This record gives sequence, C-alpha cells and structure tokens, in this order.
Amino acid sequence: MTTAATRKLDPLPRGSEWSIESIDRYHTEIARVAAHYRLDTYPVQIEIITAEQMMDAYASVGMPVNYHHWSFGKHFLATEKGYRRGQMGLAYEIVINSNPCIAYLMEENTLTMQGLVIAHAAYGHNSFFKGNYLFRTWTNADAIIDYLIFARNYITECEERHGEEEVENLLDACHALMNLGVDRYKRPPKLSLAKEKLRQQERESYLQSQVNELWRTLPAHDIHARPESPGRFPPEPEENLLYFIEKNAPLLESWQREIVRIVRKIAQYFFPQRQTQVMNEGWATFWHYTLLNHLYDEGLLADSFMLEFLQSHTNVVYQPPYNAAWYNGINPYALGFAMWQDIRRICENPDDEDRHWFPEIAGSDWLETFDFAMRNFKDESFIAQYLSPKIMRNFRMFAVLDDDRENKLKVSAIHDDEGFRRVRDVLSDHYNLGAREPNIQVWSVDLRGDRSLTLRHQQHSRRPLGDSTGEVMKHLARLWGFTVRLETVGADGQVELHTEIRRDKRRVGDTG
Amino acid sequence: MVRIIDRRFDSKNKSAVNRQRFMRRFKQQIRKAVSGAIEGRSIRDLENGEEVAIPARDLSEPSLHHGRGGTWEQVFSGNDQFSAGDLINRPLGGGAGGSGQGKASNEGEHEDDFVFQLSREEFLDLFFEDLELPRLVRTQLAKVTEYKTQRAGFTADGVPANINIIRSMRSALGRRLALGSPYAGKLRELQQQLDELLAHCNGDQACEDSEEARALREEIERLREKIEQIPFIERFDLRYNNRIRVPCPTTRAVMFCLMDVSGSMSEERKSTAKRFFMLLYLFLTRSYEHIEVVFIRHHTVAKEVDEDEFFHSRESGGTVVSSALLLMRDILRQRYANGQWNIYGAQASDGDNWDNDSPLCSQLLGRDILPSCQYFAYIEITAGEPQNLWREYARIADEQPHFAMQRIESPADIYPVFRELFKKTIL
Repeated sequence: MTTAATRKLDPLPRGSEWSIESIDRYHTEIARVAAHYRLDTYPVQIEIITAEQMMDAYASVGMPVNYHHWSFGKHFLATEKGYRRGQMGLAYEIVINSNPCIAYLMEENTLTMQGLVIAHAAYGHNSFFKGNYLFRTWTNADAIIDYLIFARNYITECEERHGEEEVENLLDACHALMNLGVDRYKRPPKLSLAKEKLRQQERESYLQSQVNELWRTLPAHDIHARPESPGRFPPEPEENLLYFIEKNAPLLESWQREIVRIVRKIAQYFFPQRQTQVMNEGWATFWHYTLLNHLYDEGLLADSFMLEFLQSHTNVVYQPPYNAAWYNGINPYALGFAMWQDIRRICENPDDEDRHWFPEIAGSDWLETFDFAMRNFKDESFIAQYLSPKIMRNFRMFAVLDDDRENKLKVSAIHDDEGFRRVRDVLSDHYNLGAREPNIQVWSVDLRGDRSLTLRHQQHSRRPLGDSTGEVMKHLARLWGFTVRLETVGADGQVELHTEIRRDKRRVGDTG
Repeated sequence: MVRIIDRRFDSKNKSAVNRQRFMRRFKQQIRKAVSGAIEGRSIRDLENGEEVAIPARDLSEPSLHHGRGGTWEQVFSGNDQFSAGDLINRPLGGGAGGSGQGKASNEGEHEDDFVFQLSREEFLDLFFEDLELPRLVRTQLAKVTEYKTQRAGFTADGVPANINIIRSMRSALGRRLALGSPYAGKLRELQQQLDELLAHCNGDQACEDSEEARALREEIERLREKIEQIPFIERFDLRYNNRIRVPCPTTRAVMFCLMDVSGSMSEERKSTAKRFFMLLYLFLTRSYEHIEVVFIRHHTVAKEVDEDEFFHSRESGGTVVSSALLLMRDILRQRYANGQWNIYGAQASDGDNWDNDSPLCSQLLGRDILPSCQYFAYIEITAGEPQNLWREYARIADEQPHFAMQRIESPADIYPVFRELFKKTIL
C-alpha cells in the first residue's frame, strides 16, 4: 500500500449523478484506503434499491427477508406516511451483518451520499460486525440470511397448516417477550439452513418427549422411587423467558415451540446491536470521516464532494443542548464519533491530563489501540473505559438525579474535576442493558400443584414496571397454558405480587 | 471483489402482505374511522383516499419495560448554568431537562393517534363492504366500452387524406435549406469573384469573355443546377395528422337527489339527509366513471338547484311531494332519455305530505319513474309514526324490487339504514 502515495491517481467522478461504474470506482478507492488502515471486513455486496424497497426493508427490521406479521405492516405504514409527507428522510443506508456484508444504497442518493454510505456502512459497520466480540459471540454472519429464509418458510407452512390467526397470536405473544428472550452469557449453537432443517425435525420428536414430565398423568408408582422432595424447578432462575417457554411450556405443540425458537433466535441476533450503538455508529462515522478525508488529501475528491459530505456529516454528529426543543438524549453518533476521534488524539498527541487518565494508551499506536477497543468492548464498558474529561467538557455534560421521593431534581455532577468520574459512571450505566431493562427471571414452577409459573422482578432503583406489563403477562399465560404470576422484589427484599393471570382450565391450543 | 447488484427492478411490495395483515387485524377500528371521516365533507369530495387515524393505544405492542418512578440518574449535554448540587424544579410534563424523559418514548404511552393513508380503493372497499350495486346485472351489461377518435399530434406515415400540408411544407423547406446550404455558400463566393472580375474589366468585352470568367460562369451554372436538383418535396417530408381511438365510458349515471325543504324539515333533518346523499354518491363512484347529480328540492313547488343552495338555503311552506317527482320525470325525459344513462333516485322527506297528494306520488313513481330507474331509495326522517307518504310508498315497495324505503330517526341510523337499503341481493 505504500505505492498509493507515490502513484499518480485519477480524480474520482464528481457531480451528483451516480452510475454503477462510478460507484465501483469509489468503492475501489475506499477499499484501498480501508486496507491501508488495516480494516478487516467481510466481502462487500452493494445493492442498489429504490426508496420504496428501502421502506420495505425498514419495516421488516432492516432484514432482506423476514416472516410476515402485522406489526411490520404497521411499521411500514408509519414510515411510508412520514416519507410521503416529507417529514422524515429515509436513512441513507441499511447494512446487514452477514457474510458477505450487504449494504443497501438508495437510488435517490447523490453520488456523494453513495460514497459516504460505502465508507460508512460497507467499511465502518462491516469491520465492526466482523471484529467486535459481541457480534462474534452472538451472531453468525454466514448463516443469518439462510436462517431467515428457513424461518419465513417454516412460519408460512405453519400458517397454511394451522391458520394465520393461530400463528399470529403466537407471534404476538412471542414479540411481547422478545426483549427478555435473549441469552446474555451463553454461546448459542451455530445455524445453517440445511443443518437447521434436519435438526428441527429431530427436535420435534425429541422435545415433545422431554417436556412430558410436566403433564405426566401416569401414577407415580410406575416410576422408580422418586426423591421425596421434588426440588426446585427450574433449579436455577432462568432469565431467558422465551428459552424457558420453548423448552418447558407444557401445552405447546412442537410447531409452536419452533416458532418460539425462531423469534428467540432473531432477538438474539439483534442483541449485540442494542448494546453497541454508540461504539458501532461512532466507529462507522469515524471511518467514513477518516477514509474520505484521506482520499481528499490524495487529491481524489473534488471540493464540491467534500462540501456536500461535510454538511451531512456535521448534521449527523450534531449534539443539541439539553434545553433545545429537539433534544432527544445524547446522540450516539456524536458521542461515538467524538470518542473515537479523542482516542486517536490521546494516542497521537497526549497532554498531561491524558497521561494521568489513560496511562496505558497515551502515546501508543492508535491503530492497535483502536483495534483492541473495537474488538473487546460494548457501549457500557467502552464509555467506562475511554470517556475522557475532554469529551465531557466539550459536551458540557452534567448528571441529573431524579428521585420521585424528592420535590426537586438534583444536579449530581458536572464536567469538573470532582464530577468527571460520576458523570462517566452514570453515562456508562445508561447504556447498561441490565439497568435499562427490568430484571425479570423465571423463578419457579409449581410442578406438584397447579403447574403455575412464577416470575420474579428484581427492582432496580425502585423503578416500577411499565403499563403494558399486564398485557405481556396475558401473552405469557397463553404460552404457558396455566396460571402465571409476576412477583416484585423491592430493595428491602420484600416480595409483592404484581400480576396474576389465572388459567385453570387446560385447553390445548387456546391462544385466543 | 465487490459485487454491485441493482435490485431496483426486483419485487417492490414486499410489505404488502404485512400491510394487509395490519388492515385485517384492525379492521374494526379502521372501519369506524372511515365512517367518521365522511361526516365533514362535501358530496363530491369523497373520492380521494382517506387519512385514517386510529388510537395508538389499540395497536401498541406490549413489552416488559420500566415505567416512571423510582430513581433515575441521567446525563445531559450542553450545561450552561448548573453546578454540582443545584436543585431544579421538576419540569412539567416531562419536558426537556426532565429525568426519565428519554425513556418516555419507550413506554408506549403516547396518546397520539396512529395516522396512515388508505388508498381510495381501500377506503371505498371498507366503506361498502358487503354492499352490492342494485341491479348490477344490467350495469354490467352496460359496461361495454365505446371508442371515439381524437387528435394526437402528427406522425410520419398515414393515408394521403390525412396529410397535414403546413407541417409537410415546413419540413420540406427545412430539408431544402439543409441540403442546399453547402452549394449556396460556394455559389455566393463564385458570384462575388465573377463580379469583382467584371468590375475589374471596366466593360472590356475581351476581358469579360476571358478564360477565367468563363470558367467561373460554368461553375456557377453547375452549382445552380445542383441546387435546383434538390427535390421540392419528398416522401420523407410528409406529415400526417394522427388520430387515435380512446375508450369513452358509457357507464354514465345520474343521481337525483330529492329533498323536502318545507317548514317541517329542520336543519338537523336536512343534515341527516345530506349524509345519506353523500353515501349514495360515494357508492355510485365505485361503479361508474361518470356521474351527474341533479338536485331537486321542493316544498309546494319543486326547483332544480345547485348543491350549495340545495343544502343551505331556507324555505318554508307546505309540502307537495308530487311536484318534485313531476320535475324529476320531466328532467329525465329531456336529458337522460337516450338510454345511455343509469338512473338512480334518492328521496328524503319527513313524510309529511298534503294528504291528497300522496296517491298521486305513488302513481307518478310507479308508472313514470321507476321503470326507467335502476334504483330508487326513499328515506323518511322522522322520529314519530309513519306518515301518509310512507303508507302509499309501502305498497309500491312490495311490487317493485328496485324500490327501497327506510326510516331514519337520528344521524346514527344512517349507516345501518344505508346498508340495509343496499344489502346484497341476489337478483
């Protein structure tokens, strides 16, 4: 790559109209520079689509294929309305964590935007997907498209066999539990279309025999002497509600278990994205900025290109102050971009403060530091590790404590020497999924009695559960088939019954 | 190596299925919104798609999340006035600066309606579900499309009768100019040379007949011939008037709105009648490409008026219903008698007619009007006992399948009554 500096390069096409050839040329140059910065990516597949197709992709959570469900239709209508009225632009890009990495370019974009998207999505996000530990652990880029095809075909088949409404009700119930349907600490098995099909058939017969214990009606004396105390079930609390349902719900048919599993798998696929928003967007933004500036310095990009690019770049990384009407929390693009820029600065030009706060990375090789940080962190730990006083000062960050027992809000820390650590902790905690979502686990099942299922909610900072909890519990009761209840454990250890949905009669397949 | 795939021509409506499912699931709410939507509109303004709002609460998807309350600590940006330890008043309504505000959007608690656009087709389909156009059979037969020819610019080929002379000559002229211009330039040049030569000679005959002048003259002659050889007009120049055949709808319908505006019809009753007419108009737009509406209002005399006057001007006096029917019959004979029209009638009244007039009404209706009508609906807007007109009409209703009558007591009845009137019937 050292030849790049010496070789005389032709400037890239300019103007706003793009063609396939010009996109190809941009891509070639961006890929060359990305390799120069040692970005490791999946092969890139660029797909050009219309605005309408973009809305389609939007509606099915950004995936090229997905099963059918009314909620995607609702999403589509909302997007369509916003777009038609011009209230909302569509995102310039959607990128899919798959191998090859699929990046969508929208037909309406100008050539500049296409170049920006290629750098941002096809190299920024792509390298993040390939490198970050969460994505490596929880997603399997080779198989996701295959799995989605499998899922859609399977669910369509179920609709034909069991009726659309039945399947829809089941999916509604699963969607309600989706955000608590992920494994946080286990490595899931890899999936591929062929294997998955084979195993699904095996599972069908196997699973059914495994769960039988719950509704066994044979007299107990048929079996060997069972231990007197039945013990707890489950032996350990289970945090993945959908997993527990899939494996243990007594009345589900095998196809229903499979659908629960599909929803769970897809939720799991999106799990890393929810935890790396700041890092991932910041990373992609940093790289489109760096790659395009590099090309400009080489003389490949026209000034007009840079002006248009910088204008949309600046819009993306703008952080409005708290009292602006359009303030909507900390902008992850702004924070992420600022942090990555700042890490590079600390590596290249550290000052005394940086040496004090970041002795390990001050003055180190920035590319290596970047690679390490990108691979091994998620938002929560990334902020806790790398948020520097300089960024907090630049953003003029302050932390506000809202305690509903007090009449007033309290500013607990600001961007000064005493406050830096507190502000950083609070911000880091904001991105902690454990704190953001209620901690609800499967606590016990009354195996000997009415087979009721008990969940426990461990309160965090005395925060109550939201309004729709009752609805979710109804869905859970449908899946479980017997009484379900939710208990809340307060800070003092006091257990209170939050919701109970009674379901005494056992009716197979009653989901409505 | 990168792969660039152009997917723009792939299937577009991937979400169509999801959209349909959404519509199916929330049909009740959508239908309610649709029937609410027509109330504020003019009769003819109903053909566009409709923006429909249904309560967001009905279609929120529940999830397990934190609600408000407890302690929240959050980081904000843009500190301009605070130091650590400051106390701030709780902002009202969770405005900017309030803690937990970022969460609010996750809670599914906003009360805003979910608004979306129905296409015109979807709107009308929902509206007229289960309804079928009365006497549809005849309408179907009438739907044969006729063609008429109309002008559509010019073409380069056609029959001689259609030659457009101006266009043809214009293009011939252009061609002649274009083909002749190289020769003409040369010609001018030679002519100038010759003129100079002759001027030089000062009238000396030998000089004028010199070798050089002769050569020039010959060359000029040759060029002139060449220019003259360019044909004055060629097949290539010809332009023909172009005429194309366009389908013209023969499914035309006329709708007669008859309304009683006598003293006994209050504003409220008139507005009820208006809504009924709107429904009928909408209904007809489903089946006909061209619809005319005739408004006839009457008290003791009938008058044809425009829509605005029909609904808004006030009259009073007694009631002679037959006057309106007579007028309708006359208009029918004058304007719509050529068999190309599907004729619909809707009459609204409070049923309070001058006693001796009612038999005349039923006679007019049964003998003169109904035979040429596709459908005639009568609604009586009254809360009390059926009036004499009702009793007269009831006899016709038994005999004529395309005459229907219903009573409306309040605006809420309109839709059900409308459905009842136009209920699917097997003919």
